[in-house]
Amino acid sequence: MLAYIIRRLLYALPILVGVNLITFALFFMVNSPDHMAQAQLGIKHITPEAIAQWKAERGYDKPLFVNDREDSEGLLTDTIFFEKSVKLFVFDFGKTDEGRSIATEIKQRMIPSLSVALPVFIIGLTVNICFSLIVVMFRASMFELAAMVLCVAMFSISGMFYIIGGQFIFGKTWNLVPVSGYLHGVDALRFLILPVFIGVIGGIGGGTRLYRMIFLEEANRDYIRTARAKGVSEYGILFKHLLPNGLIPILTGVVVIIPTLFMGSLLTESFFGIPGLGSFTIDGIQAQDFSIVRSMVFLGSVLYIIGLLLTDISYTWVDPRVRLS
Amino acid sequence: MGADFKFALLWSDVLIYFLVLSVVGFFVLLRSKPQTRKSWLQVFESRIGIASFMVMCLYIFIALLDSIHFREALPPVEGSTEVHYSNNVESVLDLILVDLKDNHEKTYSAPFALYSFAKENMTDEQGRLYRDFPRLRYGGAHLDSIEERGEDILLRSLHAVGLGVLFAFVAIVLVQLARKRWLPDLALPWGTVYLVLLLICVVVVWVLELGAYYHIMGTDKVGTDVLYQSIKSIRTGVLIGTLATVLALPFAIGLGISAGYFKGWVDDVVQYIYTTLSSIPDILLIAAAVLVIDVYIETRAEQFELLIQRADFKFLALCLIFGLTSWTGLCRLLRAETLKVSQLDYVEAARAFGVSHSGIILRHILPNVMHLVIISLVLNFSTFVLAESILSYIGVGVDASMNSWGNMINTARQELSRDPTVWWSILSAFILMFVLVLAANLFSDKVRDAFDPRTVAGGRS
Amino acid sequence: MLKKALTILCISTLLFGCDSAQWNNPHPSGDEGKVVLYSVFSAKPKNLDPVRTYNLDESTFIDQIYEPPLEYHYLKRPYVLQPMTLTAMPEVRYFDKEGRELPTDAANPAMSKYIFDIKPGILYQPHAAFALDKDGKPYYQFSSAAESARFKKLEDFSKTDTKELVAADYIYQFRRMADPTLQMPIWNIIEQYVQGMKETRAEIVEYRKNHSEGWIDLRQFDIAGIEEIDRYRFSVTINGKYPQFKYWLAFHFFAPVPMEVDRFYNQPGLADRNISLSYHPVGTGAYMMTKHNPHEEIVLERNPNYHENYYPSEGEPGDREKGLLDDAGKRLPFVDKIIFRYEKEAIPTWTKFLQGYYDRSGISSDSFDQAVVVNVEGIGLSEEMQSKGVRLNTSIEPATYYMGFNMLDPIVGDQKAVDKEKNRKLRQAIAIAFDEKEQVSIFRNGRGEVAMSPLPPGLFGYRSGEQGINPYVFEWKDGEAQRRSIEDAKQLLAEAGYPGGRDKTTGKPLVLNLDTTTGGSGGNARQNWLIKQFDKIGIQLNIRATDYNRFQDKMENGKAQIFFWGWFADYPDPENFLFLLYGPNGRVGSGGSGVNSSNYDNPEYNRLFDKMKNMEDSPERLEIIEKMIALYHRDVPWASSFHPQSFVLNNEWMKNYKPHGISQVTLKYQNIDVNLREQRRAEWNKPVLWPLFAMALIVIVVAIPGYKAHKRRQTRRGKD
Repeated sequence: MLAYIIRRLLYALPILVGVNLITFALFFMVNSPDHMAQAQLGIKHITPEAIAQWKAERGYDKPLFVNDREDSEGLLTDTIFFEKSVKLFVFDFGKTDEGRSIATEIKQRMIPSLSVALPVFIIGLTVNICFSLIVVMFRASMFELAAMVLCVAMFSISGMFYIIGGQFIFGKTWNLVPVSGYLHGVDALRFLILPVFIGVIGGIGGGTRLYRMIFLEEANRDYIRTARAKGVSEYGILFKHLLPNGLIPILTGVVVIIPTLFMGSLLTESFFGIPGLGSFTIDGIQAQDFSIVRSMVFLGSVLYIIGLLLTDISYTWVDPRVRLS
Repeated sequence: MGADFKFALLWSDVLIYFLVLSVVGFFVLLRSKPQTRKSWLQVFESRIGIASFMVMCLYIFIALLDSIHFREALPPVEGSTEVHYSNNVESVLDLILVDLKDNHEKTYSAPFALYSFAKENMTDEQGRLYRDFPRLRYGGAHLDSIEERGEDILLRSLHAVGLGVLFAFVAIVLVQLARKRWLPDLALPWGTVYLVLLLICVVVVWVLELGAYYHIMGTDKVGTDVLYQSIKSIRTGVLIGTLATVLALPFAIGLGISAGYFKGWVDDVVQYIYTTLSSIPDILLIAAAVLVIDVYIETRAEQFELLIQRADFKFLALCLIFGLTSWTGLCRLLRAETLKVSQLDYVEAARAFGVSHSGIILRHILPNVMHLVIISLVLNFSTFVLAESILSYIGVGVDASMNSWGNMINTARQELSRDPTVWWSILSAFILMFVLVLAANLFSDKVRDAFDPRTVAGGRS
Repeated sequence: MLKKALTILCISTLLFGCDSAQWNNPHPSGDEGKVVLYSVFSAKPKNLDPVRTYNLDESTFIDQIYEPPLEYHYLKRPYVLQPMTLTAMPEVRYFDKEGRELPTDAANPAMSKYIFDIKPGILYQPHAAFALDKDGKPYYQFSSAAESARFKKLEDFSKTDTKELVAADYIYQFRRMADPTLQMPIWNIIEQYVQGMKETRAEIVEYRKNHSEGWIDLRQFDIAGIEEIDRYRFSVTINGKYPQFKYWLAFHFFAPVPMEVDRFYNQPGLADRNISLSYHPVGTGAYMMTKHNPHEEIVLERNPNYHENYYPSEGEPGDREKGLLDDAGKRLPFVDKIIFRYEKEAIPTWTKFLQGYYDRSGISSDSFDQAVVVNVEGIGLSEEMQSKGVRLNTSIEPATYYMGFNMLDPIVGDQKAVDKEKNRKLRQAIAIAFDEKEQVSIFRNGRGEVAMSPLPPGLFGYRSGEQGINPYVFEWKDGEAQRRSIEDAKQLLAEAGYPGGRDKTTGKPLVLNLDTTTGGSGGNARQNWLIKQFDKIGIQLNIRATDYNRFQDKMENGKAQIFFWGWFADYPDPENFLFLLYGPNGRVGSGGSGVNSSNYDNPEYNRLFDKMKNMEDSPERLEIIEKMIALYHRDVPWASSFHPQSFVLNNEWMKNYKPHGISQVTLKYQNIDVNLREQRRAEWNKPVLWPLFAMALIVIVVAIPGYKAHKRRQTRRGKD
């Protein structure tokens, strides 16, 4: 098991190198360091000296990939790519172009991101499973049809409508929760209710539809039919057979996204003004801050790979027949 | 008018027509494949399936009309025989919606309004300055007073409904005749087909008829008809939904199948590529790529003479990038399925007989994994339509000069905080988008039920 | 389900029920009894070092903290300077080349000497940099990064002290300007005028070559033109005469930074943890920054050591009636704490203002109609706002936004044109066709004044009424400026060689390019409107939108054709606007740093500018300015321009607000009626509870029949 995990982690290295190369290439195809300097320094009175100094301070005055000025030793290492990317592998994120420590930012922002994403994930999963079970319970009835059309309808509404509508109704018209914002500590609860609620509501359509399919697939298996033939009550079938067996594919399916919950949600965080990693990323894109983009991409990829690994492990855990090789 | 014109071919026009033709060709081909034919029949035999299919067809038809572009010739100048064309590229849809397109007001007006939404300084007969809501230039201009409006709308609506029913009746008779003649055993839910046909006819006639006299969904900030914008956005929505997947299909199919078929180092490379790509958060990939496109256009400015060409190129690139973010999933599925299929006896046998690799892939493997492609095509459709609106919010969506629901919603976000609220443009975009996404989702459900071996197996029991 | 709903209900009652405060209050509790001002910021400050920053985003904060020698009078208009930390306005003496003093009305002195006299007893805010140990040495001194490692934040330095403001502190800041690593934005002006700065910079550069590590005590570099007369007095000598220098003296560039602070922040390791002057300002002003988290909030609190400073007792006529003099003579500041929250989205910000959680708000274009009604008498508040007691302040900002032509362009430009007269007529035709008034009214809700010249109202040389109009574009009719008719424009266009928008000889349509950035305001609607403007005279407009960097490139290389640009005044002098068209300032010619974006270069204009720039306001100066504006009118380097108008809404409880176009030193004058605010907030934000109960009820109503149906189904299934 341990050997497997180690091998998988080693296998992740070339992937991360690839990710870095892609982000790096994409970003610098459009943004020369001069552009970044200009965007950062503002509009009034920018002198070439100021730009040169800005680049030097942040190490952007080096060549991108290959440094032909240096002798053999600095050929590949004394470049922007090496300086900016390789350090990521030891999780040294460096500083934003504004000069703030990215590691500190990530540490600070993880909590707000998680405190939205985690409840949305857990409550959402529970609610969706409950709903899909109810729908399966009433299968082949008008209720099912109505529920499914409703799900598709809810799924077809853009996430922004839920957010705008929710803020308007709960924050402005009924004065129940703050419209947006965030405070640290216990105060955060007040601010989390609405985003979490909306996150859950927004996910119901897609989730219920998906889980219903999984449960239905399970319901058509032989053992269920055998159980029914034996006269096990519908209630018993639902909770003793269908639920535990259906949960396996659902849970192993969602394992992969658990680590990425850290990254937060771009849309929700921006609209609700939650200072999490999602809004950090958007700010980074809009400010064309390469250090942020690169760090977040890297972090995202690492978490995704961890997610994949966890998925594999969870498979062996629920089904001992699967062996990791 | 008799004015001269010149077709303006955009790349996306070419692609969408190519796509539609290949879909039609595909349906023709499928007559010879009993298994797939049966699956499709299963889709169309359900009421929801056929109804949503027809609604999608209407959208696609509008998108196609909007994809025949031309430029009108400018009046000739004395002393020069050379003909010059307007920079203004129009489409056939613009000709149909000419009333909606040209009836510009000054600024906002509510649906069916006679008066503008904003007060203006005006002078009365005595030459005194006063401030009030001015009458609209076009919206309800044929009426003398607001009291006549209700009756007028009712009368015109009745007229439109009557006309619509008439058209529908003619269409139904034609379909009925055609059906008797060519498709006597096709057991579609014809009642539903006719009902939907009737509804479509009535709605289209109603929009065209009333659109000439009123702004059905009001006007926007600079007085453009909102309904016109939302209808023009259909093309963007339909194209992004289809092209995004289609443009990335060659990658997904090629790489996925070769990984599964050749195994070994090919498999390793392909797996490496898609794991790497899929581990980059989509939104970052899209944002970065859109910026790259901008640079590309800028460095080749002379090739993109017109605003619309620029927007079109950017749009296609966006579709491609969208596709790139989604193909990894399909690629993985295809690889797994190919692995399974290539173990089958007859594939092994073909290989033993020395059939070439390309022969085996084309004849045996591709047909057996096609259902996965179809499922992912229909499933992704609605996702992309929705995603477009979110990208516009981040600022990396389609070009601002293109009509799109995303752009409309993005501008409407601000209008919502006006008082009185300007709700109509977001509502209009929402309704049209919702109908398309709903139809696409319902249709994809049916397609998946019919093609997915898992549900097919369940269905049989 | 029911259970869940009930639990939620219980929890929420537990959470909020106990305190009677509003449920939707976005502010933390704990500031009861203090006068707190709640405000927002949407652009993050980048660098708070007073010698480096040149943006409004930063001066909003640091101008409350740093005190340069001069400040603007809060109430008086036109803008008047007054001493901030000085006993009186600086004394100016003129000298000739040989150093002989000249009379004060000398026309062309070789140099001028400004003498500053600082008020004794002004203290800095408490700060760790001033903390001393028993021997009088700095309390916090680290020789390596490892030693300072346990101090993670500025707050970890628990021992603080203060220090008196002396002349040396101002002089130290002059030395910092000379330090090239600090990139002073207006260095070209400083170097040109302040004697000895250039030489000092060279010395510092030389010194840095050998001493790249660690802090450099800038006291070792003397500046020839600056002299420390005694503890409180110093003098600055500048070349020739530079009347605009006094305005710069009210800028934070000239605020004092004592050596102690520079030394403290430059200790090893601190900068890596953002403990630096760029993050944590140290000043003598009314406020000090106690929290700096640019992604969440920035908090300013009253400086306990703030020197005596009183609310002005005179102002502009009408200020007394508006209640702006109610606090006259009272000691500043009034507000204890100012919380700026980071807000990116406009709608939630506006909603929170309406709920009373933000004390003040600008008006975005789209909430405009909710707040303001425009009627015959002018602009007033909507009924909703009036019922809330909101007050509106409007003022024309000292700024000009314009649509410019690139004068280097062969088609619309001047310099490289085949036929200059033809291209000028083309520009004039466009200037007539482009209806700026409509643009301002549609896209800015009328918040702006159509500009007749680069000079905004309130500046010397600005002319309103018939005398001020641009005769090439407007006519004076019925007591107002009216745009010339489209026929005139078409006529000009024909004379320019494009009758009906078509080339006279080839018949090719004239296509012009507008270069903008993507996501420029308004999107599709605005683009359509722009195209319509050019279409009026038959010109086809092609909008080339690119991202910001690409746009900057085009501007820099002179590849743009028509573009939008703007300028915000640094100081209220016409020179600060007319230099936008001065040839040597050309954007392309000067390697990208020039302010003359349209690259207009007219020798006559340049000559007049050189003559005008150093003159004191006088009838002769006015005459020259008018000649320059006449050239501008004829040559049309800018197709159209307007001066933006700012609208600020204040809630009923806000007092003493008066917009100041130039200065940001305004927060110390603000006052708040906290009780009224409390009362209003409670009135406006009563939670509406019935939906909660209704939802619970719906859940029950749905759940019971559902449960029954389920039971029925179960028994039925059981049977078959």
